[in-house]
Amino acid sequence: MLDTAQPVRRTPGRDTARPARRRRRPRSGPYLLILPALVVIGVLLIWPVVQISRMSFEKVGVRQLRGEPAENVGLANYRQILGDGFFWTTFRHTVLFAVVAVAATLLVGTLVGLLINRLGRRMSAFVAGGVLIAWATPPITAAIIFSWLFGTTGGLVNWFLDLLPNALVGSGWASYNWFATPLPTYTVLTICVVWMSFPFVAVSVLAGLRTVPRELYEAARVDGSNAWHGFWRITFPLLRPIFGVLLALSVIWDFRVFTQLFVMSGLANRDAFNLSLYGYSEAFGSLNARYGLGSAIAVVLTLIVLIVTAMYARMVIRQEGAA
Amino acid sequence: MRAPLWRRVALNTAGVFVFLVSAFPVFWMVSTAFKPNGEIFSSTPHPLPEHPTLKHFRFVVDGSVAGVSFWDYFLNSAVVAIATVVISGLLALLAATAVARFRFRFRTTFLILLLVVQMVPCEALVIPLFIDLKRMEMLNSLVGLIAVYVGFALPFGTWMLRGFVAAVPKDLEEAAALDGAGPLRIFFRVLLPLVAPGLVATSVFSFITAWNEFLFAFTFLKDQDKATLPIMLQFFFGRSGNDWGPIMAASTLLTLPVIAFFLVVQRRMVSGLVAGAVKG
Repeated sequence: MLDTAQPVRRTPGRDTARPARRRRRPRSGPYLLILPALVVIGVLLIWPVVQISRMSFEKVGVRQLRGEPAENVGLANYRQILGDGFFWTTFRHTVLFAVVAVAATLLVGTLVGLLINRLGRRMSAFVAGGVLIAWATPPITAAIIFSWLFGTTGGLVNWFLDLLPNALVGSGWASYNWFATPLPTYTVLTICVVWMSFPFVAVSVLAGLRTVPRELYEAARVDGSNAWHGFWRITFPLLRPIFGVLLALSVIWDFRVFTQLFVMSGLANRDAFNLSLYGYSEAFGSLNARYGLGSAIAVVLTLIVLIVTAMYARMVIRQEGAA
Repeated sequence: MRAPLWRRVALNTAGVFVFLVSAFPVFWMVSTAFKPNGEIFSSTPHPLPEHPTLKHFRFVVDGSVAGVSFWDYFLNSAVVAIATVVISGLLALLAATAVARFRFRFRTTFLILLLVVQMVPCEALVIPLFIDLKRMEMLNSLVGLIAVYVGFALPFGTWMLRGFVAAVPKDLEEAAALDGAGPLRIFFRVLLPLVAPGLVATSVFSFITAWNEFLFAFTFLKDQDKATLPIMLQFFFGRSGNDWGPIMAASTLLTLPVIAFFLVVQRRMVSGLVAGAVKG
């Protein structure tokens, strides 16, 4: 059987029959092609997740870097952070910032997308160009520019607020320090992050709007509905998948904001910590490195982000059909 | 059917306003970089430098931070970014070809994996990666940093390239196969030239990821002569506090290449991230 089966299977391959050709491809092919990527992802992204999960139950310090085995402490790390008021302060900062920044980003981005869609060809290219500049700015430069704009001496914002009538904004802006307490720090951080993130929302919404047939709006106008109704009855339902993806991505990104806060406020300013800065500071902020505790904080952060990611992945896969 | 005049005026005014708000911070950075100190710290701001000077740029480019010259930071950044682009581009192309050209078991699983891992917060992974690299004695090397950046650029790169590979008509490859070309020949002679634009877009994305990255470079590279440009900028900012002229000049030098590259790639980034949400 085997002896005859082989040549029979091979002959159509040499032949010009198409379907047989396609089937002749070695079955290990695709696996070999994804293997290098799988190895990299496994070693650099998945294995570290396993490690932080493990380390969050251990006491890991500088000694363990030299290879000493870590001591298993069970839930002690989690008990310590969850029972600590400071953890909940950073948690509150993280969540409140994400809620405000995501809402503002989606609102501004959608409005700008709708606006660009209604402009003439030249004007829309002009505005899109400006929006692109904000998008392209590296996080670290954005943070430094906003530190300068909100700077205490020579800062443009303080100058402007000082110029406004005192009855409107109060007085004493000339030497106001925005980075002394958490609330003003987070105000600047929010403005900076919204400025950096709204362009992606705007461009995505714009891309979506271009797929909506104009006749729908014309029909709605004939029916006498205004722009507000047009948005909620036509645009929003049609673009719902896009808004779903944008919402999930924004939540994921704003939950983990690190570089901007690090630059604006720094490791010395504990009052303004968020979760990612707190975790980082436990591990790297002092000579007494507490990697286990930092890992526990990182696990909390990762879990929140992964829950949102799962929702995001489900949306994308469903929209792609069978993927 | 044109909109009434007042409405067009209102829309265009709003457009100009959006442009100004979006571009202003970057404009202010560049403008500050060219101003002499007297204008930077004057009590009434000058929108444009009245006596433009290259002093701050010269100070940054000719000077050194922590005993290391600007060009060494620049070189480190370039090496890291280019290595990341080449390695992640190659691996992403292989994986994207598999996903776009073959139906195999675990294909969907692999796609979901790509989507999920690109969202894992790198802020959470910095601790285990630091410990691993420390144990392997690769902490202070650019190689370790490049490996980490490849890991972060790969999932999105594969996801993005997948669409480009799928867009190449299969008939072309089949025709080449009929002419007796082997798989390698088909890959290099048929697929690669057609996927090239996608590869460029993906490369620019990986380049920006590596060029901008701060957290890992800051944590891993303890020797200043190994450090990359964002580290130099942060160090500079921390040290010179309110010396905004040089800080803005250094920021400008870091940012302009990114903005230039970004213009090349932005369309693809959107379609990669919102993939599937917009049909067609």
